[in-house]
Order: sequence, then C-alpha cells, then structure tokens
Amino acid sequence: MALKNDWVRIHRNVLEPEDRTGKLPEDTKKVPLEMWVKGRLQDEKAEIGDEVTVMTCVGRLEHGRMIEVNPCYDLGYGEFVPEILQMEESLRTALFGGDGK
Amino acid sequence: MIVDRSYQAVTGRMAQIIEKAMGVDYSRYEREGIVFDYEALMNDTGYSLEDHIRIQQTYNVGSTPVFELHNLTALARKYAAPGKGARIFVKDEASNPAGSFKERRACTSVYHAKKLGYKGVIAATSGNYGAAVASQAAMQGLKCIIVQECYDSKASGQPEIIEKARKCEALGAEVLQLSVGPELFYEVLMMLEDTGYFNASLYSAFGVGGVETLGWELGHQFKDRFGRNPDVVVCANAGGGNLTGTARGLKKAGCDAQIIAASVDLKGLSMASDTQFNRKSFTTAHTGFGVPYATDPDHSDVPRSAARPLRYMDRYVTVKQGEVFYITEALAALEGMEKGPAGNTSLAAAFSLAQELDQDQIIVAQETEYTGAGKHIQPQLAFARKNGIELKFGDPRTEVPGENIVFPADPGQLKAQESDLDRMRSSLIRRQAGHAAAPLTDADIAYLVEETRSSPAFVKKVLEELGK
Repeated sequence: MALKNDWVRIHRNVLEPEDRTGKLPEDTKKVPLEMWVKGRLQDEKAEIGDEVTVMTCVGRLEHGRMIEVNPCYDLGYGEFVPEILQMEESLRTALFGGDGK
Repeated sequence: MIVDRSYQAVTGRMAQIIEKAMGVDYSRYEREGIVFDYEALMNDTGYSLEDHIRIQQTYNVGSTPVFELHNLTALARKYAAPGKGARIFVKDEASNPAGSFKERRACTSVYHAKKLGYKGVIAATSGNYGAAVASQAAMQGLKCIIVQECYDSKASGQPEIIEKARKCEALGAEVLQLSVGPELFYEVLMMLEDTGYFNASLYSAFGVGGVETLGWELGHQFKDRFGRNPDVVVCANAGGGNLTGTARGLKKAGCDAQIIAASVDLKGLSMASDTQFNRKSFTTAHTGFGVPYATDPDHSDVPRSAARPLRYMDRYVTVKQGEVFYITEALAALEGMEKGPAGNTSLAAAFSLAQELDQDQIIVAQETEYTGAGKHIQPQLAFARKNGIELKFGDPRTEVPGENIVFPADPGQLKAQESDLDRMRSSLIRRQAGHAAAPLTDADIAYLVEETRSSPAFVKKVLEELGK
C-alpha cells in the first residue's frame, strides 16, 4: 500500500497495438507502446495495480497503474562471465609473454 | 480548447511544435530546389566557436585530457608489418561532469534555453546524452525530462539503458521510459506541447556546434604537445553529430587529419523490433543508427539536422561487438583504465587502423565514456548470455548480430572492416534528388556535392542512373 506523497512507479499503455504507426516491424505492431514513470502519489492511498495519479519530480501530473512503491534500482554487474578473464589473460600473454598470470 | 492527441494529429503539428520549442524557424534555411543552407543554419545560432568554449568552461565541460596508450600501441605493432603501427591516443571524454562527450552537445542547448526563458528542457535519448542534459540542467538551474526507449514488451531492459535512467534521475531529471518503437518522437512532441519546455535535440545546431570544441581542443593539444597534427582521428558514428562537430572543430583549429567514422556492425537487426531489441549489446554507435542517419540525416526530431557526417568523413569502417568488448577489456587490463564499452568503438577501430600507418604517425580515438554497474562489459555480456546470445572466441568476422558475440582469439584478429562510402553517398543523393519537384539545377548538384563530399562527376553519374 502507498499513501499520498509516497514515491511510486506507474505504468500505462500510450498507444494500443491498433493505434500504432504503420512503419513498424510485424512483432512490434502486435504489442502496445508502453510507458513507465515515477512520481509522488497524488491519491490519498493506493494498492499495487490501482489506477493512480502521480506528480513527477518536475511537477508534471501523469496517470497510470501503480506497479511499485519506493522503486529501487536493481542493476549490478550481472553474473560472472568467464570469457572476460580469458580475454584478460590472453591479452597479457600477447603483450608480455608467459601464461598471462 | 480540446487538443487532438492522436498520433496523426500530433505528428502533423510537428513543425509548429518544434518552432515553439526551439525558437528556430527551419524554413528560413530552405532555398530553391532541394538546396538547404547548412552553413546558415550553423552560423545563425548566435554562438561562435569562442562562445561555445566560454560557455563550456563556465559549466565545467571540455578541456579533457589526451592520453597516449603505450601498451596498446606496442600490442598493435606486434601484429603490424615492420615499421607499421602508429602511436595510439585517446581523448578522455569520460572526464566530463556526466561522463561523456555528449555534455558538449548539451551545454549550449541548455544555456540557450535558459537565455530564451524556457523553464525546462526535454531530450529524447536512451544514451549518454540524457545524463549530459540532466547534468547541465542541474548546473544551470532548469528542469529536465528525458524520454528513453528502454524496454521490450516483456519489460526487460538493457542494463546499460537502465543505468542511464538511474544517472538521469540522480541528476534530478524526470525519466519517462517507453517500450520499443519510433513513436517515441510522438511522445516527445506531446510533452513539448504540454510543458512548453525547450527541445534539446541532439540534432540542433546548438548541440552539434558544441562538439566543435572537441575537435578544436584536439587540434591544439597535439600542436602544443608534439608540434604537429594527428594523422587520423577516429570518431564513433551513430546520429552523426559527434563526427560532424569534431571534424568542423579540427578544421577550425587548422588540423587536416583524416576523419574516419567507426560503427559497431549490427547488420540484420531491426532497431524498431520488439523481439530483437534485447538481442543487441550496443545501444549506440552502431550501424543501425550510423548508416541511416548518414544517408538520410533529416529524419530526426528536427526538420533539418545539423549532423551531416557524409560532408566530413574520409572513410567509414565497422567493428564487431566482440571486438569492442575485447578492446574495452584490453584498455582495462593493459592501460589501467575502465571505460565504455560503447565509447570504445572508435578505439577498437583505431587499434586496427594503427596497423596500416607508419610508426611515427599518430591516430586518435576521440572519446571515452564512463562505466559502472549496468554499463560495463560484465553485466552487458551476462545479459546477452541470458538472452540466448552465444559468447565465443574466434574470427570476429563470423559474428552474427543477434546470434553470437565473437571475441578475437588473438589481438591480430581485431580487424576494422571498410564500408562502401560511395554507396552511402549514392543513397543520400538518390534520396534527396527524389524530393525534387523540378529538374535538378547546377545549384542542386553543387549542394549534393557538398552533402556527400564528392565531385560533380560523381553526383551526375548517380543522377543519370536514377534518370534525373
């Protein structure tokens, strides 16, 4: 649940598939143009999935379905990619000789 | 008054929305026939190169260092013919406040917006330009909205784009994220209409004029340090503004270096495809932007683009995704610098092109960009693997975009591939001649020669084939 002024993320379809422009690949034509934005909740309270209004950080009002409260960034460095280590070792070997260790 | 917000109605109002959102009447630069007065557009901004330099100095942009890459030079020489292997340099554009050369492009736009009394700026970008505009808006006290193409229909986004959203928000901007599709420009037009903000287009004369400082600095840095000009400057090419601005600045610094464009080869992938969106590992500096924008500059968010790279490039080469990731790792492992990856596109090409040049010659990759969580080879390659892309070592020329990423099995396999510049020139000529309502005149032909940096004979030959 979120209360008025909580920082939330909303989602809305801007264009339904039938309203999209003609100059699109077939796969893109079949799906809507979607939008996500964050802002402070303007409704007194709301649950995930409710249609709400938010005020963005520049003071713009947007409406959509609330999908996250206190949205966080979950980006990181991903899973280990062993090929990067292999590149590093082979580059050292190529320049300095030896086995790259 | 009820405003029609349908796609057709909004895009139909583009000219008036843009004029209101930029204070530029692009019709002033149209001449007889197909001629458009490019230099008038560039000179009419009211900002000279000296003004751009002064404004950028005020807002902490530019004056970035040039580094010589001794170990990469030594490595390139191991794979070059005797006596070959130019000295490789890089201009560390990552040291701009928001981490890329794009801040040169944002600075004067934001300055101009403020001077004209706009309360905020809007830019359509999934790239470093968003962070650059957000940074300058924060510094100069304007509001900022960045519109990003970010997710596919499963709400899955490239880690690199999500990082740029984070950075824009950290710098105080509103970030409006969209799913795949060119209707992004429709959304931007509506936002411009609703907010009355300035359109900080990547393709404005303020933006491209701002990049001239990069070329100007480069020219002077080499003259001051080595008493000579670099022989080759490699510019990553997507929308064309980087190359256009740099080349114009070099020229103004009296530097006649060869200008080589470099893009990541993403041949076969559609940029507007929902299912292919996350099958690429580069969201900029690739051929999906580089080729269409070079051959048809005027299909952006302004009626006439100030980025016209075919006017300036001597050669156009492509490198593979695997090669740019490889050089990014080489820059970290052998030079002690973590940058990129997309910003190392020109460096990957420079490493290969250096091997064509003599050892006493100088080649410059004219940018780096910041790196960090999400925007780094580790998460980008992990994301590629999660999306079914095969990662392997071998001959990068066998790489198929969207299916695999092929890292060079040894540094000698990193080979920039030549693109057919005449084919691109012909494509631009055919497109622009196609717009002609009347038979082409000598003035039209002279204009096409300038647009393609070719000759009257070349333009006439293409027109003859076209039956014009």
